[in-house]
Amino acid sequence: MGALQSSPGQPEYVDLAKKTGFSFSQISVLHKRFLQLSHNGETLQRDHFNSIPDLACNPIRSQIIEAFFDRRNFRQNGEGPVEEIRFEEFLVVMSHFKPPSPRFVEEQRERVRREKLRFIFNMHDTDNDGTITLDEYRHVVDELLSLSEALEKDTAKSIADAAMLEVASTSMGHMEPDEFYEGITFEHFLKLLKGFEIELKMNVHFSHMDTPTFFK
Amino acid sequence: MPSRRDSHSPAGKSLLERGLLLLIVLVLLQGSVLPLGAASSPDTSHNDNLDNHQVTDERNNYTKKPFPVLALDYHHIQTPFEIALWVLLASLMKLGFHLIPRLSGIVPESCLLITVGLLVGGLIKLAGEDVPPVLDSRLFFLCLLPPIILDAGYFLPIRPFMENLGTILMFAVVGTLWNAFFIGGLLYAVCQIQPANPSILHNIELLPCLLFGSIISAVDPVAVLAVFEEIHINELLHILVFGESLLNDAVTVVLYHLFEEYSGAGKVTVMDGFLGIISFLVVALGGILVGAIYGILAAFTSRFTSHVRVIEPLFVFVYSYMAYLSAEMFHLSGIMALIACGATMRPYVEANISHKSHTTIKYFLKMWSSVSETLIFIFLGVATVDGPHSWNWTFVTVTVILCLVSRVIGVVGLTYVINKFRIVKLTTKDQFIIAYGGLRGAIAFSLGFLLDKNLFPMREMFLTAIITVVFFTVFVQGMTIKPLVELLAVKKKQEAKRTINEEIHTQFLDHLLTGIEDICGHYGHHHWKDKLNRFNKKYVKKCLIAGERSKEPQLIAFYHKMEFKQAIEQVESGGGVKMPSAVPSTVSMQNIQPKKAPAPAKPAEKAPSQLPKGREEEIRKILRSNLQRTRMRLRSYNRHTLVADPFEDGFGDLLIKKQKMIELEKKIKDMNNYLTVPAAPPDSPTMCRARLASDPQAFRTKPESDSVPTIQVDLASPQSPDSVNVMDEFRRAGQEQRGEEREDEQGLMMRPPSRPHRSGEAADGKDPQKLTRCLSDPGPSADEEEDEPFLP
Repeated sequence: MGALQSSPGQPEYVDLAKKTGFSFSQISVLHKRFLQLSHNGETLQRDHFNSIPDLACNPIRSQIIEAFFDRRNFRQNGEGPVEEIRFEEFLVVMSHFKPPSPRFVEEQRERVRREKLRFIFNMHDTDNDGTITLDEYRHVVDELLSLSEALEKDTAKSIADAAMLEVASTSMGHMEPDEFYEGITFEHFLKLLKGFEIELKMNVHFSHMDTPTFFK
Repeated sequence: MPSRRDSHSPAGKSLLERGLLLLIVLVLLQGSVLPLGAASSPDTSHNDNLDNHQVTDERNNYTKKPFPVLALDYHHIQTPFEIALWVLLASLMKLGFHLIPRLSGIVPESCLLITVGLLVGGLIKLAGEDVPPVLDSRLFFLCLLPPIILDAGYFLPIRPFMENLGTILMFAVVGTLWNAFFIGGLLYAVCQIQPANPSILHNIELLPCLLFGSIISAVDPVAVLAVFEEIHINELLHILVFGESLLNDAVTVVLYHLFEEYSGAGKVTVMDGFLGIISFLVVALGGILVGAIYGILAAFTSRFTSHVRVIEPLFVFVYSYMAYLSAEMFHLSGIMALIACGATMRPYVEANISHKSHTTIKYFLKMWSSVSETLIFIFLGVATVDGPHSWNWTFVTVTVILCLVSRVIGVVGLTYVINKFRIVKLTTKDQFIIAYGGLRGAIAFSLGFLLDKNLFPMREMFLTAIITVVFFTVFVQGMTIKPLVELLAVKKKQEAKRTINEEIHTQFLDHLLTGIEDICGHYGHHHWKDKLNRFNKKYVKKCLIAGERSKEPQLIAFYHKMEFKQAIEQVESGGGVKMPSAVPSTVSMQNIQPKKAPAPAKPAEKAPSQLPKGREEEIRKILRSNLQRTRMRLRSYNRHTLVADPFEDGFGDLLIKKQKMIELEKKIKDMNNYLTVPAAPPDSPTMCRARLASDPQAFRTKPESDSVPTIQVDLASPQSPDSVNVMDEFRRAGQEQRGEEREDEQGLMMRPPSRPHRSGEAADGKDPQKLTRCLSDPGPSADEEEDEPFLP
């Protein structure tokens, strides 16, 4: 792996490795990919993502791309979208998909789990208000089903409604008929997906690149 | 893996009843021993008797005898009688174990069954009869093994299997090879170093040792299933060990044939080894190919069975069995063929067949595999008592020790290599369980039984050693694995039901990870899976799935399935259950819908009836006409349609319906602005299919919408939070007379989470009355494999 390995001792890499937890070889591979995507530029913009052919048939493409430009995922406690990102931010976003090391203790795993769920939460919560409202959730389900043809609008809505109802039932328990459930907060989201074992599922293998040539 | 045992141990059974049952079992045991023992060669004697009868008949024409009023002719029915008796014995044993809950908690069932087999064998021997050759290899491989493997293959959880396929293959192929050569080689070495007394061990050559090694090294799926089912270990470990036990069949077949062939010749050259590798590929891939072909055929056939629903399960069984036999015909791996067939056909068949057929398939498979497994273990015990034994301390103990050692070394070594490629690494605990779960079973014994006595003079010694290893693994490892799992705090299987949120996020995560892989430029696991799914959706589903369902996305299929399940649950529990989780909650759709700003202005003054008059009238007309059509449907039952006509129960229903109609009209009059979760549109293919799927004359609501422009009440849109779900209203009205309501007529929709009035709420919480099960589903037991989406 890593036939094109740059010198592992590069100072920037040390910083990045410490920050994100990637190894040097992984960072250099990702750097190469970054340069490929940005046409050897310093920053990536949304258009660069649009030119990845395989990504075009992904139903949640736009949300994935948005996630890269969302300051909430940069681990700097910022908010709001940006227009372009440097390699550092690219790497930080990618680091959300690292698997937890098998030597982690339970609380470290819990931290990893929270991080990953936070990433997904941010993807759903498009207006940055800290809750996933019914409309936003409906949008998520719509996007998921957007690739299938001949779909009645009601079904997507009813699925989202049923899901929302489920969250509300499990989180709130008892509500008066005229109370209103604002939306899924992050705590409710955690509780909802508690049994999901996301730290085992939301992982990508980062060793090497397979695309033979430049993507164009 | 779902449990095959649906019975509960009756807690309150008195001692007397237990004693009585045990007595009956013992009597039956005694009764069965004698006729079983009397069987020498059933077929030939039967034929002889037939001839005799004919001859004596002719002779009887001359010498007139008094007409025999009552005669005993045992030979006439001997073979089927004995088979039935064995099966009955096995089933009664199973029943008996669950009467003694403490015992079945400590000792796994397989051990108890082997013990029973030993007892029965001992009894037969004591009675002085010959023990029937029950574990005859043909019987085993052609009749007893296929149901178990088909059950495993049909319900194989595809997603975890595919995700861990690399690991499983490594363990199955490399691990088994390592085991075989290690055990065989070291055994040969040990056999040679017997300086003191020149025992028979010296005569054993290398090749028979390697053959023995290959027989004994394969992990046995039957034993693994039997033991692992009871310990409820987490899915990953289960699929690793179980998958290994299934896939190592190809290796075993090749090694066995290879060494058996060349044991006569005495030498194996490099060329032969090379041919062996090619043979392995042919056996494995050929088996899978054969299975896949039959699976596609079965899926294609099921596309056309909408009019003859009764024989749908038959297609599944017969095609699978044919796949197994075809593979065995070419000496390919029958087990892999069966697995491939079941796994291939399942998503398409399930989309095509009716719910009842699905239930039938599930229960038949479970029943057959359960009986098969029980019989296998009992026969193992019987054959132990019978089989010619030649005990050799050295050989046997060395074998046992070598098996353990090689398994441990193999697992540890392989895990070290595998972990370099896995994202989620295997921990030491995992490795221990994998090593400890490598049980041997009846397949090894049968393979040993198949050995030719002339070529292998030490066959008996081999058999004894095999039996010892099998006993050791099943008894010692089987009994201790449960407390070890507890002790090591290995993660257990999660019992939670799949919720719709999890389903949404599983899909979401799939797409997300595929996207990230594409961005990284890495053609990983998700990339290929996505490509396969797209190919499947575009081409394959269109061919193999009938009608509308081919276009149904997985999420929607899951959603409808969930609705359907809930509806059945509600029907059975009397309508007291809310949706979707069992968490009692008063949260309803109303709490979720965003309130419009002008709406709260005058909440109290809202007129009760929200529907315009004309619409009400239309709705009423539609409902009435639907009811009439239902009543007028033929109430005949013929074997081709197997209509479980819910309206067959007679005139009482007509009265109920009439009452309900009146109730509903009353309700429509003073309607509450109650929002419910909207049902699927009435003409959605799943709903139509689900509704009374086995009946081709199931009433359709679609034609109404041509003449009357309603029914499509837009339910959940924010513009009309006050609209009502008409169907649900009807149902709710029906729920008022819970006592007499006997079926779920209007199809399967989500129940409104709350009632218009609080008092009704309290009434609901009361003990619901059991309704008759109109859809004849034995019940929503905690089986999760149904929640798996059709396609991964």
